[in-house]
Amino acid sequence: MFPEPIQKRSWLAQNLYRVALPVALIIWLLPLFAVMLTALRPAGDINAGNYWGMPSDILWYENFAEVIFNSEVGPYMINSIKITVPTMLGAVGIACLTGYALAVYRFKLNLFVFFMFIAGNFVPFQILMVPVRDLTIQLGLFNSMWGLVLFHVAFQAGFCTLFMRNFIKALPYDLIEAARIDGAAEWTIFSRIVLPLMRPAIAALCVLIFTFIWNDFFWATVLIQSEADMPVTGGLKALNGQWVARWHLVSAGSIIAALPPVFMFFAMQKHFIAGLTLGATKG
Amino acid sequence: MMLTTQQKRALTPWLFMAPGIVMFLVYVIWPIGQSLRLSFYQWDGLSPPTFIGWENYIELWYDPTFVVALKNNVIWLVLYMLAVPFGLFVALFLNQTVTGIRLVKSLFFFPFVISQVVVGLVFAWFYDPNNGLLNIVIGWFGMDPVSILADEDLVTYGIIAAGLWPQTAYCMILYLTGLNSVSPDVVEAGKIDGARGWSMLWHVVLPQLRPATFIAVVVTVIGALRSFDLIAIMTQGGPYQQSQVLAYYMYENALSEYGYRMGYGSAIATVLFLIMMVYIAGFLYKMYRDEQRS
Repeated sequence: MFPEPIQKRSWLAQNLYRVALPVALIIWLLPLFAVMLTALRPAGDINAGNYWGMPSDILWYENFAEVIFNSEVGPYMINSIKITVPTMLGAVGIACLTGYALAVYRFKLNLFVFFMFIAGNFVPFQILMVPVRDLTIQLGLFNSMWGLVLFHVAFQAGFCTLFMRNFIKALPYDLIEAARIDGAAEWTIFSRIVLPLMRPAIAALCVLIFTFIWNDFFWATVLIQSEADMPVTGGLKALNGQWVARWHLVSAGSIIAALPPVFMFFAMQKHFIAGLTLGATKG
Repeated sequence: MMLTTQQKRALTPWLFMAPGIVMFLVYVIWPIGQSLRLSFYQWDGLSPPTFIGWENYIELWYDPTFVVALKNNVIWLVLYMLAVPFGLFVALFLNQTVTGIRLVKSLFFFPFVISQVVVGLVFAWFYDPNNGLLNIVIGWFGMDPVSILADEDLVTYGIIAAGLWPQTAYCMILYLTGLNSVSPDVVEAGKIDGARGWSMLWHVVLPQLRPATFIAVVVTVIGALRSFDLIAIMTQGGPYQQSQVLAYYMYENALSEYGYRMGYGSAIATVLFLIMMVYIAGFLYKMYRDEQRS
């Protein structure tokens, strides 16, 4: 293990570490603590310029209630869910199929198709923006969640395919060979033998895609203009304009908007990290 | 039509891949070609596009804001790279087994999970000249308040600092995973050879962390060139366009309130795309070598 375990170091070093750890954590998360504290402040504190001192009163839920019931944040959150969940299912579903084909079959264009997905996944969004916006308008899906979902599914399919293909490649190939010899149809091999083994990869991709799409801001602003269909990232920006200097509301709104991915992360931490660090260990 | 078994075999992978390939061609590959083409046109998004040859690119050459955006993109690329050593440093700091360390690691990773919109709002407020925490802290040291996001010289650095926060968290998690798989035998062997501290890190541990470093650099380059959200939230390119980057400038031109300039925007996007292609080509080349080896 590197660095050397702290338990093997001197008494002084151990205690220093014990102190340094929480201090570093507090400094690292200082901006978030500030946001949380502000979300609990009464409006009067903000108006009086009391941003960082003791709150004159702690409002545990009033600001949150104000944001949820008296602003558009509630509907924005629902829009976000309506965009995120179908995208997650679509992209991961498609990637199961493409990843399987690229991992299991040998054919001439295999590496070419694989590289197309990888390269596409890295391109800047701006090179896609004008044509995708135009296509979405042509399809009559501008200002509709489906316009966003279709694009996100297609784009995320690149990353998901890369992930799935590498995951399936690492599975024992004998399983598939044995099933072929038994005369199983290709689709049966996929759905009965490989798919159940892909569960961890599916879980990892689902949490990752959920987070990516929930946090997407660029495409939401490009493909959606109407307030009524805006997801929460775009919505927050609009609200920030309305709530000039009403930081207690901006803070409460930010916290609410951040909750679903944070919850996802903590619930599925192992899968989330496995997904993000794909390739970080093998040479 | 009857297919032979062999033909069926050949067809199977394509049937599996059909939905993915069709979607990807329609929404990613074809639009890239379209944008490259559009960069030679003048188009307001409504009337038919007019072919104008290299005009857009010639205009870019003389456009001062484009030069600023390009320069800022270089600054982003260079400074964003700090996330890699920072992430390594944090990972080394946290790679211990003490009580509660798992929770501490998750909390350190937190900034990456939340949306950049929220990160942007939080930092805009942190930098606020009147009541921002930053100015209160520098006030303790007797310095005059600075309005980072309104200062032409500081604004880009202020936004990059905000971006480094989640990006460092990402690099940290890559290195933590990498450190997990550093072989203890090699570390022991290094110790016997007299390697300690820095020399151990540099000569023994870092070579083993190469895959993690590679991915950290790749995601950081992409992150730097994709920087859009923070600029849209914090400054919208201002003051006086001094925090522009290509990604935001393209968006601003293509969907400008003064009339859409889709062709000009596409030319900016093409420049950004070509910069990115250098890195993509490098990445694919490495992937190709790895594939050949296995």
